[in-house]
Amino acid sequence: MDWLAILGNSVRGMLGPEAAIYALAAVGLNVQFGYTGLLNFGQVGFMLVGAYGVAVSVATFGWSLWAGVFIGVLCAVVLALILGIPTLRLRGDYLAIATIGAGEVLRYFYRSSYLEPLTGGVFGLRQFANGFFEANPYPPGRYGIGTVSFDARSLWVMTVGWGLVALACLLVALLIHSPWGRVLRSVREDELAARSLGKNVYGFKIQSLVLGGVLGALAGALLAINVQSVQPDSYNPVVTFYLYTIVILGGASRVLGPVLGAVTFWFLVTFLDSFLRQATSSGLIPSSLIEAGDVGAVRFAFVGLALILLMVFRPAGMIGNAKELRLDVR
Amino acid sequence: MSADDTAAPGTDTATASTASGPAGLEGCVPEPGCAKPDPIFTADSVVRSFGGLRAVDVAHLEVQRGTITSLIGPNGAGKSTFFNLVTGFDKPDSGQWTFQGEELTGQSAYRIARRGMVRTFQLTKALTRLTARENLMLGATGQLGERFVPAFLRFPWRAQEHEIGARADDLLERFNLAHMRDEYAGTMSGGQRKLLEMARALMVKPSMIMLDEPMAGVNPALTQSLLEHIRELRDEGMTIVLVEHDMDVVMGISDWVCVFAQGELIAEGAPDDIRRNEQVIEAYLGAHRSLPAAEDTAETDEEKHDEQS
Repeated sequence: MDWLAILGNSVRGMLGPEAAIYALAAVGLNVQFGYTGLLNFGQVGFMLVGAYGVAVSVATFGWSLWAGVFIGVLCAVVLALILGIPTLRLRGDYLAIATIGAGEVLRYFYRSSYLEPLTGGVFGLRQFANGFFEANPYPPGRYGIGTVSFDARSLWVMTVGWGLVALACLLVALLIHSPWGRVLRSVREDELAARSLGKNVYGFKIQSLVLGGVLGALAGALLAINVQSVQPDSYNPVVTFYLYTIVILGGASRVLGPVLGAVTFWFLVTFLDSFLRQATSSGLIPSSLIEAGDVGAVRFAFVGLALILLMVFRPAGMIGNAKELRLDVR
Repeated sequence: MSADDTAAPGTDTATASTASGPAGLEGCVPEPGCAKPDPIFTADSVVRSFGGLRAVDVAHLEVQRGTITSLIGPNGAGKSTFFNLVTGFDKPDSGQWTFQGEELTGQSAYRIARRGMVRTFQLTKALTRLTARENLMLGATGQLGERFVPAFLRFPWRAQEHEIGARADDLLERFNLAHMRDEYAGTMSGGQRKLLEMARALMVKPSMIMLDEPMAGVNPALTQSLLEHIRELRDEGMTIVLVEHDMDVVMGISDWVCVFAQGELIAEGAPDDIRRNEQVIEAYLGAHRSLPAAEDTAETDEEKHDEQS
């Protein structure tokens, strides 16, 4: 057992590009779910349109990367409007149903053979982010201390990713601590009360859905850029549930909650992954109990267990306001 | 835009109501649908059915400006449904209504509120995870900081926010909630929530405030304080419409009473007219009880005068 390697891996996982990408998408989800109370179960759909916006624009049409990101964001706005306009007038549950359905519909739509000339169908698209990596200011090599080190490529994605997360958090903080944010929170508490005070609740919900969706699309675009490929089946509903996990783990309706949640989530996942791998290969855990091939699945079972414990002992999340949660919500 | 048209009424009606006494209803014939000298609100043939049941069927109703008008009636008489219809929280099958001469039919709830017709709810809707002060500040209309782009910047709305905050503090003081200023509304008692909701509605600067059972579930001492507040508001020139069950309260405070039964307006008049109205007694209480006598309710009036002098 090489504990140092396990710890090194875990720290890499919690700072790496994936954590930044998930944090960004979770910040978007927090605007919708944490502050506005919108049950968007299709955040992955927003990531998907963001990712394919970049991929299709660059790989299929040969446009620039910037145009691709812009188109991805535009697609997210359109998606938010399509989803929101019919459902946001209804009770909260309907948005949940519509969004979870929409995420799946989008995935099947993008992988259909009908769209294959554009999206590459089930195989997806590849090698469309060369422009992004050509702009990498870091010279090739490894950066970091000891086992915690990244190559120049990852470091560049991380710089952009965490930069976007910081920017998104700043934006959310400014918005939430403004009268606009006050209306958003009042919509979460009681829509009818907000309407009785002359607030156009519907308009605010749309704005919230669009803002969260755009952040999701940016995360999706970065996810596609990071691995230089898009594949429809990596955008399945599970991603949305990870994002909910992250938001609740960190503390919903806290500006930095999703960031802390993402970091913790990825630390846990990579820790369990490397620990279980080492433990099974070194024979600490007999292969009759867990085989090396099962590790991928088992680690998420443990993450699930950790979450259950968290919900029991710290239901407001890591930095959530426990006082808020204890309130008698009548 | 809405801040301008809601700001004025509080001041211009104040002079009108003090000049002609609190009511200005002396000449009105106490019969359903009678015309008022200066109606702020009129409704015509408002109908709402739930399946085969005609929950509301009001042929004509006017509310006199600057008065306390109560809607009473047995459970299921359609008072609250009527409230919901005219405030845009429910859609009628047919009918139209105007407020301050403007047609409001079919307008959405938030637009009606911005016009200066603000309601509260029977089950209080305190925004539990907002502080008392935030609850109030939310009520102010025409806030620049509620628009997406200015919300990012601080300078366009800082002065306005300061002014709204000061107004909220004044109202918290007035409704004896100053000590709860920075507490979550969810920590408040039922009675405090009622006060909070009324104060919050006032932040909209309404010209007519519609209170749906403001005394429900409130202890007698607080009821008196709520009544004081309602009277004060009337004296400042605001129009108040109440839905209320407690007959003692209604008779004591109202300038005008409208009686609903089975969705229809069966009688209206000054409290004394209603007390004597056989039809009301029968419909509302059954034939064997009489409505509270004038002496019972006169006491509360005297108390009020004592306190003031």
